[in-house]
Amino acid sequence: MRRRTLGTSLVALAVISMIAVGGCDKQKNKQTTSSDAPLASVNGMRSLDDFSSIKDDRERALAIYQEIDAVLSHPRCVNCHPAGDSPYQGNTPKPHQPLVVRGEDNFGAPGMRCGTCHGEANFENVPGKPAWHLAPIEMAWEGKTPGEICEQIKDTERNGGKTLAQLTEHMKHDELVSYGWEPPEHLEPVPGSQELFGQLFQAWVDAGAHCPPAEKSR
Amino acid sequence: MSITLKINGKEHTVDASPDTPLLWVLRDHLGMTGTKFGCGVAQCGACTVHVDGKTRRACVAPIAGLTGKEIVTIEGLEGPEADAVREAWKEIDVPQCGYCQAGQIMSAVKLLEKKRDPTDEDLDLGMSGNICRCGTYMRIREAIKKAAGDLG
Repeated sequence: MRRRTLGTSLVALAVISMIAVGGCDKQKNKQTTSSDAPLASVNGMRSLDDFSSIKDDRERALAIYQEIDAVLSHPRCVNCHPAGDSPYQGNTPKPHQPLVVRGEDNFGAPGMRCGTCHGEANFENVPGKPAWHLAPIEMAWEGKTPGEICEQIKDTERNGGKTLAQLTEHMKHDELVSYGWEPPEHLEPVPGSQELFGQLFQAWVDAGAHCPPAEKSR
Repeated sequence: MSITLKINGKEHTVDASPDTPLLWVLRDHLGMTGTKFGCGVAQCGACTVHVDGKTRRACVAPIAGLTGKEIVTIEGLEGPEADAVREAWKEIDVPQCGYCQAGQIMSAVKLLEKKRDPTDEDLDLGMSGNICRCGTYMRIREAIKKAAGDLG
């Protein structure tokens, strides 16, 4: 029997990236706070040190949020935070192939569940993490400005009922969030590292969690 | 490396790399060729099996993650939904070349377990990942509906 005979044209498939989805709370034990020594800049994400000269809390929060937005608005995240019922895939988002839908529980339709193809870890070109699923519709980020997403993630009606502390913990340690930095090789990861992202997110919260204007596009 | 898998209620120990897809173990190591190789990249559904009661494409399921799980293939498929689907498949004479049919049936059974009276939309969405090169989709749809009716 031939093995893995199809090329990359077919295997740009099932590229679901699901980030910041409520309900996947397997967490690592590592703790990071904004008072820890600032981590170095990595993979295009600035260090906390880069913001230390901004003394005004609001201005610092808004500057830090640009780094956060670079993650949240990345295809690795937005592809599975769609405004409709089906995810996207790829670095330049295209409709997921084959057709899949969120279904009643965001895990797909009966007979065609997310886990039918997506396992607990990446396998060749198929992304994987435990509990692979779509973000609930109230967490849709597709087509939204940084300010709109920012307000949305703070809104307990649209963030799975999370406090800012819980949201920070989710961003720092959630296993499905971690996928953003660990996609299969053919997919671009989000900037930075989850540890640095967590440190910046904590610093943004500590500075007041201010959001850019909702109407301002990136 | 030696890995033990529970397939159709029976334990099988195979000597294979942990990243070997289940499909290769089924077909090449165990000779269970009812599960078909179609695309090898989870795009066609021919290799669909059940793992812990859920559909899974065996071509992208490394065996390392399957120890201790209940794997069911077309050879071991049983239960009222399976019986109803088999009968409907025969009565309506669904297969053309037959290559995709094992995967179609594995998905159809799981669909019927959740949707006892599936609508056309349920069928479109639940079976969207199972491709039939002969285009027997209308017979597949008819057979699933018949099975649903027979299940009552």
